[in-house]
Amino acid sequence: MARVVAWVVLAAALAFPLAVQETYYLSFASRIFIYALAATSLNLVLGYGGMISFGHAAFVGTGAYVSSIFIAEGLTSAWFGWPVAVAAAALAALVIGAVSLRTRGVYFIMITLAFAQMMFFLVNSMKAYGGDEGLSLTGRASTGIGIDLGSDVAFYYISLAVLAAGVGGLHRLVHSRFGRVIQAIRENEARAEAIGFPVYRYKLACFVLAGAVGGLAGVLLASHGKYVNPNVLHWTQSGTLMVMVILGGVGRLWGGVVGAASLLGLEDLIANHRVEWLASILPNYQQHANLGVGVVLLAIVLFAPQGIAGLFARRRNA
Amino acid sequence: MLELRSVSKRFGGVVATDDVTLEVKRGEVHALIGPNGAGKTTLIAQVAGDLGSDRGTIVFEGADVTHAPQHQRVRAGLARSYQITSIFGRFSVLDNLALAVQARSGSSFSFWAPVAGEAALFEEARAIAAEIGLSGRESEIAATLAHGEQRALEVGLALATRPRLVLLDEPMAGMGPEESQRVITLVERIRAQVAVLLVEHDMDAVFRLADRVSVLVSGRVIATGTPAAIRAHAEVKRAYLGESAAA
Repeated sequence: MARVVAWVVLAAALAFPLAVQETYYLSFASRIFIYALAATSLNLVLGYGGMISFGHAAFVGTGAYVSSIFIAEGLTSAWFGWPVAVAAAALAALVIGAVSLRTRGVYFIMITLAFAQMMFFLVNSMKAYGGDEGLSLTGRASTGIGIDLGSDVAFYYISLAVLAAGVGGLHRLVHSRFGRVIQAIRENEARAEAIGFPVYRYKLACFVLAGAVGGLAGVLLASHGKYVNPNVLHWTQSGTLMVMVILGGVGRLWGGVVGAASLLGLEDLIANHRVEWLASILPNYQQHANLGVGVVLLAIVLFAPQGIAGLFARRRNA
Repeated sequence: MLELRSVSKRFGGVVATDDVTLEVKRGEVHALIGPNGAGKTTLIAQVAGDLGSDRGTIVFEGADVTHAPQHQRVRAGLARSYQITSIFGRFSVLDNLALAVQARSGSSFSFWAPVAGEAALFEEARAIAAEIGLSGRESEIAATLAHGEQRALEVGLALATRPRLVLLDEPMAGMGPEESQRVITLVERIRAQVAVLLVEHDMDAVFRLADRVSVLVSGRVIATGTPAAIRAHAEVKRAYLGESAAA
């Protein structure tokens, strides 16, 4: 059943650009795909690995900045810039993870947050690449094989393909040996060690993998807006990704996708579709979209702790 | 097989284990008894690697493992069960056991192939389930099992790592006589292949199973000997056995 739904959604996504010509919606959909990928990568560490990382923006930001800097320096090939940016994000995750994973609980949350904020201030001070004003790009990366990433339709399909690979990969991963080990660690870390798993190594590998995928999302994000600024590394960005995961479903395959689509969709709905009767009571409500998002998040946490994706799963099991 | 030399552990000002020297021989069931708070669980944790030791040396199969991380000791054949049940509560019984089998069978840095395709893992997990009396309960979620069944799974997780020496920390805690009997039978059956260091309060079980008994009081070993010798030991009687021997 879930598989059927997944294929139907994928088919609809594939057909979407044929039905909708407006650039705005294509671009908006691409943005959802990119955030969905970032949230899915966070869901791997947070939902499956049980590591409450509050610094995932560090890896998204690393991917975004490294790939943008290459373009700014004239190295526009995606075949070079993208893998290097992803590797840089993985390296950042390796360093941050190696230190952070020696701590537990609230200390882990704080130390990942601290690392991400350090990187936020680092890029803020990089005057050569825009500093706090950010870095505008003249164009997107080139592929050299006849795919023009500058076209919104092509970029839409690339984002969709990467997201599909990401979700498919996560599906394989959680049922693999490695995936079972990280879920066992989430359930009972001490026992996982006591049956012979080197827990630290598995957690670090999981953290690095998620960081790399987060970096890939960052590459796409910077490419999408042809612009990157330090806010991509700000702690509120980590918070947004976390909200997406919680909204969609912690430790659920589709949690990141559903969460990103719901959150961005809801924000767009509130900001761009004025409801007259609501506006007559609260004239400025559209400027405070986050308030509406907050209410929805509260409802989810209280009444559907498994997230939106969990709601569907429960119905299926019943 | 296992040798503790002057092993100590203190928590702040409290001495939990104090200069413990102890040997578990191959093929032996060695019981560790002592009053509550004597340091038995601390000692098990030091041997297994949950806890480091402040002083002393732990030698397992000729290798110094004093500073080896726990997973390395498990791989070397030194596994433990916990006094307070520690299982993977949201996993099925079979998945619990299959994980422990997986831990010692090849690398788990495998990210793509589904575990479900590895028939051997689950076959072996099923065999262990049968061994611990959980046949037919394999697909139950571990957290929903009855207390006695969870205790059996607790021991099963340790056995699934195929240890050469297993540390059982009160395997019969909270069990009725019938369930306790099942654990006794299990230990009788595995003792041919696996040496056992057994912490247990049930003195009948201890004296039935143990080849040798060590008595721990206030973190120190005050006596080691055959069950008969320990029963006759004056100091042991005074320190510990007095009450339960009278009962």
